Amino acid sequence: MSTTTTLADTGQVPRRLRTLVRRAERQHFSRMLALMAPSVVFVALFFVVPIALFLFRSVDNAEIPKYMPRTVAEIGQWHADDLPPEPVFRALAEDLIALKGQPEAAVLGRRLNYAVPGFRGLVTRTVRRLPAAVPHSAIDTLADIDARWLDPTYWATLKQQSGRMTDFYLLSAMDLQRGTDGAITRVDETQAIFLSLYGRTLYTSVGVTVICLLIGYPVAAVMATAGPAAANWLLMLVLVPFWTSLLVRTTAWVVLLQTEGLVNKVLIYLGVISEPLSLMFNTAGVFIAMVHVLLPYMILPLYSVMKGVSPVHLRAASSLGAPPITVFRTVYLPLTIPGIAAGCTLVFVLAVGFYVTPALVGGPGDQMIGYFIAYFTNSAVNWGLASALGAFLIVVIAAIYLVLGKVVGFDKLKVR
Amino acid sequence: MNAIASISGKDRTDDPIVRFSGVRKSYDGETLVVRDLNLDIVRGEFLTLLGPSGSGKTTSLMMLAGFEAPTEGTISIGGKDVTALPPYRRGIGVVFQNYALFPHMTIGQNVGYPLRVRGAAQADIDKRVVEALEMVELGAFADRRPAQLSGGQQQRAALARALVFRPELVLLDEPLGALDKQLREQMQYELKRLHEELKVTMVYVTHDQTEALTMSDRIAVFNDGGIQQLARPSDLYENPQNAFVAEFVGENNRLTGIVTGGSENGVYVDVGGGVSVHARPVGSFAPGDRTVLSLRPERIAVGKDGQWENDFTIEIDKVVYLGDVNRLLLRFAGGSEFAVRVANQGGGPVFQRGDSVRVAWRQSDCLAFPAE
Repeated sequence: MSTTTTLADTGQVPRRLRTLVRRAERQHFSRMLALMAPSVVFVALFFVVPIALFLFRSVDNAEIPKYMPRTVAEIGQWHADDLPPEPVFRALAEDLIALKGQPEAAVLGRRLNYAVPGFRGLVTRTVRRLPAAVPHSAIDTLADIDARWLDPTYWATLKQQSGRMTDFYLLSAMDLQRGTDGAITRVDETQAIFLSLYGRTLYTSVGVTVICLLIGYPVAAVMATAGPAAANWLLMLVLVPFWTSLLVRTTAWVVLLQTEGLVNKVLIYLGVISEPLSLMFNTAGVFIAMVHVLLPYMILPLYSVMKGVSPVHLRAASSLGAPPITVFRTVYLPLTIPGIAAGCTLVFVLAVGFYVTPALVGGPGDQMIGYFIAYFTNSAVNWGLASALGAFLIVVIAAIYLVLGKVVGFDKLKVR
Repeated sequence: MNAIASISGKDRTDDPIVRFSGVRKSYDGETLVVRDLNLDIVRGEFLTLLGPSGSGKTTSLMMLAGFEAPTEGTISIGGKDVTALPPYRRGIGVVFQNYALFPHMTIGQNVGYPLRVRGAAQADIDKRVVEALEMVELGAFADRRPAQLSGGQQQRAALARALVFRPELVLLDEPLGALDKQLREQMQYELKRLHEELKVTMVYVTHDQTEALTMSDRIAVFNDGGIQQLARPSDLYENPQNAFVAEFVGENNRLTGIVTGGSENGVYVDVGGGVSVHARPVGSFAPGDRTVLSLRPERIAVGKDGQWENDFTIEIDKVVYLGDVNRLLLRFAGGSEFAVRVANQGGGPVFQRGDSVRVAWRQSDCLAFPAE
């Protein structure tokens, strides 16, 4: 204490001391920064930036302003009451003439087709039929080519989608649409797929997480209390699936679970069943394969937390008069909640993004959000919608994480 | 307290609270951790199981608590065989070395735990928790978490938790081992006070002989899986039954030699270099037997004219200054070394290495045990 008093009294010394301490801390900090720099650069360049760029596509509306600059400029004057005036028709005609023979016409057509089915045909047909020069009356010319140009719906859509940014993809990803009057409405029930898709994805992920917890908790508890030799063996058995690729494991499940597969044959041989069970291309198959793949992610965090639970606490509870079930309920379970939270978060987050396994062992009605993101990225080439679906997935996971964090505490969600 | 006053060093008493009968314990099926334990614990006494690590004292306590099952033999509490009874049905309070407070509960919830699992009414729980916490002077800490308390406070809370359901028997497994010296002494005093106030039977495990001597009504000295001696502290110190007890309890000089003659009242022991020591035999000896002598440092008089049986003038090998005493290390010509404690009274003679001093001790203070 006397040292502190002297330092405070002189006034000059503490400032010098503080400078010295700060300098030491700065050096320490820059050294850590230098050590982390490669990974930071790597993650930023190949992870953060691409994801951010791709997510931007969910609101990006590059095609229409780019390929229809004149129309976009003119259509702003029109108030979407009746048919647009002649200058708007003329601008559209000029834009489309400029696209004659260009592959971009198809790109534009595809983009407009997302909003109104049939728009692609209208655009390609018009581009093909338009004369090289803009005729005296653009309205008549376009109406001659296709009478649909006299339908205000197409013009209203054009006006709505003329901005640099669009909420079209985000709304579509939630089964919503913006009507020609600008009001947001639910899409027709026959076309609504995404909300039920989110529902199914969450249902499957929660189900898989719960099953993993129910199966994994006792295993982890046995591992944590076993002797070192037995624990090592068990740990290795748990880790074996990690050493095989996900694709190989899933394909193995296909072999095992099919109607003529090993599981059915054994069950029939043993007389447990008389007819083969359908274990594949349905929800059961998805659950079986996903639980198998994700089980280690549940067991390992649980195990590491359970290792830290002192057996003395259990003895203490027992000596204080608690029967085994009460000991479990009042001491062991509360002390292992961090492991439960960490394992469930990990399994859930991984399950939500699952793609290969449901695609291979699930039926058409078991596909999860990941399948559709891949579909819109690779097959339909609708990157805007793929990105919007991905964005919502991130939001949903973040929301669940936040709620979990609030309930059980963020420090407990860490995976050790 | 009268019951305790009549406790002798005998293994068996009438109406014991705990009786170990022929208890043996082996973990690997080859070596016995506890070999043939027969022990009666008297109602209301403070019994200490004292011994080095691996002597079987903790295993014995754990078997009494029900955490370990005896390989052979029976344990009964209050006349009822509890050998197969699980811990939670024994109704014993246990205090552990590292407190074992539940980290996810407050101190109040911890102390209320034994009442809660017994299904007591909430109002009753609250009242008794307050009482128990006040008893250990932690009244203001009910809402804290264990991690927010110091080691001493945590141990007091653990004590309150083990006492709150008013068990007849409380087991303490080296409860003060993790505390520093000053706190340990304070807690010893507090434990003694609680023992006298509550009149519970306490069984205390420790390897610290000072702790055992200051707190216990009786001490059972464990070594090698068995009780070497069970006696009141003063008996244990004054009349150890074997060389191990003599050495483990209190400071002791150990000298080895060969019996040259004497009777059952006194033997002459050659400790080497032609030096003959007159000692009190524990057991019977014949000339030529090897023996281990036990001599307490404080029983050796320095620089006095005594009419004591043993009287030598020896050169000082080393002087260790301990503040309250000087510790002189002396060596017989034959090589046997022993220590003497000389109170530092100020103004007394100054001892230096190489000085010759006259040391003397009574024959009755020097015990001769058979060498193992």
